[in-house]
Amino acid sequence: MASLWPYGVPISPEDREAAPWEALGILLARLHRVPVDALPGPVPPMRGPAKVAAALDRLRAAPAPVATSPAARAVHEAAVALPAWARGAAPAPRADHLCHGDLHLGQLVGSPPTSPFPAAGAADGWLLIDVDDLGRGDPAWDLARPAAWFATGLLDPDEWTRLLAAYRAAGGTAAGEGDDPWPRLDAPARALTVQSAALGLAKAAAVGRALEAAEQAMVDACARMTGGPTAPDAGLLASPSA
Amino acid sequence: MQCPKCHAPMHTYNRNGVQIEQCSGCRGIFLDYGELESLTQLESQWVQQAPPPPPAPGPALQAYPAAPAWGAAHQGHHGHHGRRRGFGHMLFSS
Repeated sequence: MASLWPYGVPISPEDREAAPWEALGILLARLHRVPVDALPGPVPPMRGPAKVAAALDRLRAAPAPVATSPAARAVHEAAVALPAWARGAAPAPRADHLCHGDLHLGQLVGSPPTSPFPAAGAADGWLLIDVDDLGRGDPAWDLARPAAWFATGLLDPDEWTRLLAAYRAAGGTAAGEGDDPWPRLDAPARALTVQSAALGLAKAAAVGRALEAAEQAMVDACARMTGGPTAPDAGLLASPSA
Repeated sequence: MQCPKCHAPMHTYNRNGVQIEQCSGCRGIFLDYGELESLTQLESQWVQQAPPPPPAPGPALQAYPAAPAWGAAHQGHHGHHGRRRGFGHMLFSS
């Protein structure tokens, strides 16, 4: 038996102007509007919070100079300050929406107009893929990933605004009713920032390299969450001790 | 006209179209028939107008969305890196 997968063109990391923020917002809103009870089978809990816990475990298991560094401590302190459900330590209070569970730009592929397999459900020719982490949860979790990128400076304000406006215009409700989406997004965005910081530190420690700028930005944000001292320079800590 | 209380001379002022007499001695105010109602009406109109409606958000306000306190300071709308930069790979990984 063979599965036939249509070819999808990924987003180019080099061409930032071409990133389809509107399509991402539309696709995410459509996913969140799927009535979970109308699905043919049971849907498991969305795995986002479990992935935060797994990232923190990975940081604990990192080589000692990094696992015990001030940067790692800042990440763990930010994690402890999260609601228990957001770090996988308690059931999520909301399980009423279908969520993607692992949203990032690698999960969008373009379907060429010449494709012999016209993509049903595409937005501007883009598709949202990878349902491995799909589940019932708080839809704010999905929107919180790009929100965290914006909060940590990885996304420009206009990129975030385009995504958020398209999501809302397409009927997405994860950002709440008011102008300010942060009352809904704050906890999951902090959780995802903790996850990214923990993974960044663990990956850097594994090969003895310094943190990349984006990884450092996540660690810095964790330090600000708990009002701790200015973010420690984890880059030095991640350097090989030999 | 003399003040009915202290008999000092009264001066006439015009306040929003209402003639009022004020004593130059005790600063007391004398209102003719209907003038108190006129002033009260003017006052209530002023209160209804206040606070003034917030100004329509301009482009600068719209361009900067809300952000949490733990967020990083953004370096301006267009940054200093030029617009041809790409994405870091963090945006493409779990």
